Amino acid sequence: MKHTLSVLVEDRPGVLARVASLLARRGFNIHSLAVGPTAEPGMSRMTIVVDAPELEQVKKQLHKLVNVVRITELDPATALEREIMLVRVAAPAGKRGEVLEIASIFKATAVDVGPSSMCFQISGTPAKINDFLDLVRPYGIVDLVKSGRIAMAREQKTKPGRLRAVN
Amino acid sequence: MSTITGAQALITALEHEGVDVVFGVPGGAILPAYDPLHDSPIRHILARHEQGAGHMAEGYAWATGRVGVAMATSGPGATNLVTPLADALMDSVPIVAITGQVPTSAVGNDAFQEAYTTGITMPATKHNYFVTDVDEIPQVVREAFHIASTGRPGPVLIDLPKNVLTATTTWREPGEISLAGYKPTVDGHPRRVKEAVDLIAEAQRPVLYVGGGIIKANASAELRRFAELVNVPVTTTLMGRGAFPDDHRLSLGMPGMHGTYTAITALQKADLLIAIGVRFDDRVTGKVDTFAPHAKVIHVDVDPAEIGKVRTADVPIVGDARRILTQLIEAWAGRETPDRHPWLDTIAAWKRDYPLRYDQQPDGPIKPQFVIEELYRLTDGDATLVAGVGQHQMWASQFWRFSDPRRWINSGGLGTMGFAIPAAIGAKVGRPDDLVYAIDGDGSFQMTLQELITAASEGIPVKVAVFNNRSYGMVTQWQKLFYGGKLSASVLGDDVDYVKIAEGLGCAGLRAETPDEVAPTLEKSLAIDDRPVVVELVVDPDEMVFPMVPAGASNDEVILGPDDLGALP
Ligand SMILES: Cc1ncc(C[n+]2csc(CCOP(=O)(O)OP(=O)(O)O)c2C)c(N)n1
Repeated sequence: MKHTLSVLVEDRPGVLARVASLLARRGFNIHSLAVGPTAEPGMSRMTIVVDAPELEQVKKQLHKLVNVVRITELDPATALEREIMLVRVAAPAGKRGEVLEIASIFKATAVDVGPSSMCFQISGTPAKINDFLDLVRPYGIVDLVKSGRIAMAREQKTKPGRLRAVN
Repeated sequence: MSTITGAQALITALEHEGVDVVFGVPGGAILPAYDPLHDSPIRHILARHEQGAGHMAEGYAWATGRVGVAMATSGPGATNLVTPLADALMDSVPIVAITGQVPTSAVGNDAFQEAYTTGITMPATKHNYFVTDVDEIPQVVREAFHIASTGRPGPVLIDLPKNVLTATTTWREPGEISLAGYKPTVDGHPRRVKEAVDLIAEAQRPVLYVGGGIIKANASAELRRFAELVNVPVTTTLMGRGAFPDDHRLSLGMPGMHGTYTAITALQKADLLIAIGVRFDDRVTGKVDTFAPHAKVIHVDVDPAEIGKVRTADVPIVGDARRILTQLIEAWAGRETPDRHPWLDTIAAWKRDYPLRYDQQPDGPIKPQFVIEELYRLTDGDATLVAGVGQHQMWASQFWRFSDPRRWINSGGLGTMGFAIPAAIGAKVGRPDDLVYAIDGDGSFQMTLQELITAASEGIPVKVAVFNNRSYGMVTQWQKLFYGGKLSASVLGDDVDYVKIAEGLGCAGLRAETPDEVAPTLEKSLAIDDRPVVVELVVDPDEMVFPMVPAGASNDEVILGPDDLGALP
């Protein structure tokens, strides 16, 4: 079962290694991890997608790290989750039209065009990105890179209680 | 303001933390720190191996409750500290390790004696620091001691590059500690405390299952008051021996793999576990699914991650054990102390029918259990015992009648052979007026015996009993029970003269080979106080530790003794 955690950490050297090493040591599989600065100076936010049967231990173990400040578990049904992908699709001159048509439905932008392939940039929910991939796969995928997932809770007006902070 | 070096700032910061002793081994990268250390009132004890220095710091911390400090150079000095750090992490021992590092300009270049110390020790410490700014030293030291000694105690390492130690700064008084991500909970949630008290009042067969957390929290007095108030029997884990007096009418002894029949069975039959400062370790629970199957669980721990890790708690209470025991006592106020008759009678019957036993024949080989009992008799139990790892450790824990906390010191979680001698040295340095007796196996002894040189040359008169069965007894026991008796690599087959070793290293050496020599030899050891003493006891190599619950078996399957092996799977 995949869970998305939004983890606020102090921006200290080695903090990424601490988080990654702890998850590895406790046997939790990291599906993706994205890290970057936040609006608060000195703080970074990690969005971690982990594969674990239950999350209580992961959260408690992460909390033991001195540099981990706050952990929020995001409900995939309501949270804003985004990924960005660059994908190079095999598209000789004859196929370009078809591929571009699919891309335009998904609002994927062509960022590089070569004699035998085209590279697209697409961002959106993980589901949207996977759908796009499924459609271009038959043409042949030459290369692919995805960012880790980033996520944020929606403003709590309709469904309170969806966002659970762990102390 | 006068200018000082980073090294001077370090030593001043240690003095401000109240450090009176540092255990260490010098070397290139840490040399700048050894210079002001020489002029400081802090005593330095030169260990003969950094592992020894680390265990000494642990023994000091166990015995005193204060933070133990170890110091080492970069590279091999730091890697030699890894075992005691991992040991201290497992057993929640507050120590601070200070390591030198190659200059920042050389870091990452495979410089001479460079090791990635903070990386290597990341999973072996509660927290660690790599200091690159000389101005930060006082604050880092303050934080390190705070983290090591609060919440669930543990080891913290500070790695200091040589150029940071030699750089100049002005002394900056460390400020308030404000760590956004570290705020241990102290008080138990009042609603949970109330729920706990209600459960205890309703329970028919409650057991207090307590461990090292009681000792770390200095909560023994509160534990005793509470146990008497609610009239609930108490079992103390290997890490918690001494948290509750063994001679108390409510004491069940130790639970687990080599626990007493009474403690193991009381847990199996209990309808309520009041678990305080314990972590449901596999050596206690046996097969988890069948552990205490009828019991509801109240789990008190300062580390929230321990609650629900192994066994779901019906009433989880996060906080300091001493504080929560006080809250429980207050919450009980007004209730009567239950007589708990049928339950305490059943327990009394188990104690009577299934005592710990062994058979010392007057003309047979020395039984190790007999040595422990004789030492107890001759000292009136007024001593601190420090154990190595193996059978002797279990016998010491079983047959000594502990009455005080911090007078039983051992490596429980990591099970580190070689722990006893250096930890005993650290304990003796911390409490010089106490009689400190190490109970060691010959195998464990051979792992850190060079620290006897430290004891002799620094004038630290510890006593070390070496239980010589010429084997890794605990290993041979498993091989005899579970590997068809094939003694692969477990018989030492050596002919070591422990008396000569002792004398050669500057200690007194004594030996007992027959049961009637045991008491006079131990008495002699007690009379020597100007040197460390090593007492070799030539013990029965065939003796096994019982009771025993085989690893992974249910605690309903206790093997009581050698005559009970039919029960083996
Ligand atoms: C550093 C280390 N290496 C190996 C082991 C595995 N081990 C556990 S008990 C034991 C034998 C201990 O022998 P000894 O110290 O002579 O004690 P005895 O069991 O004979 O009392 C061994 C090898 C260990 N616990 N620690």
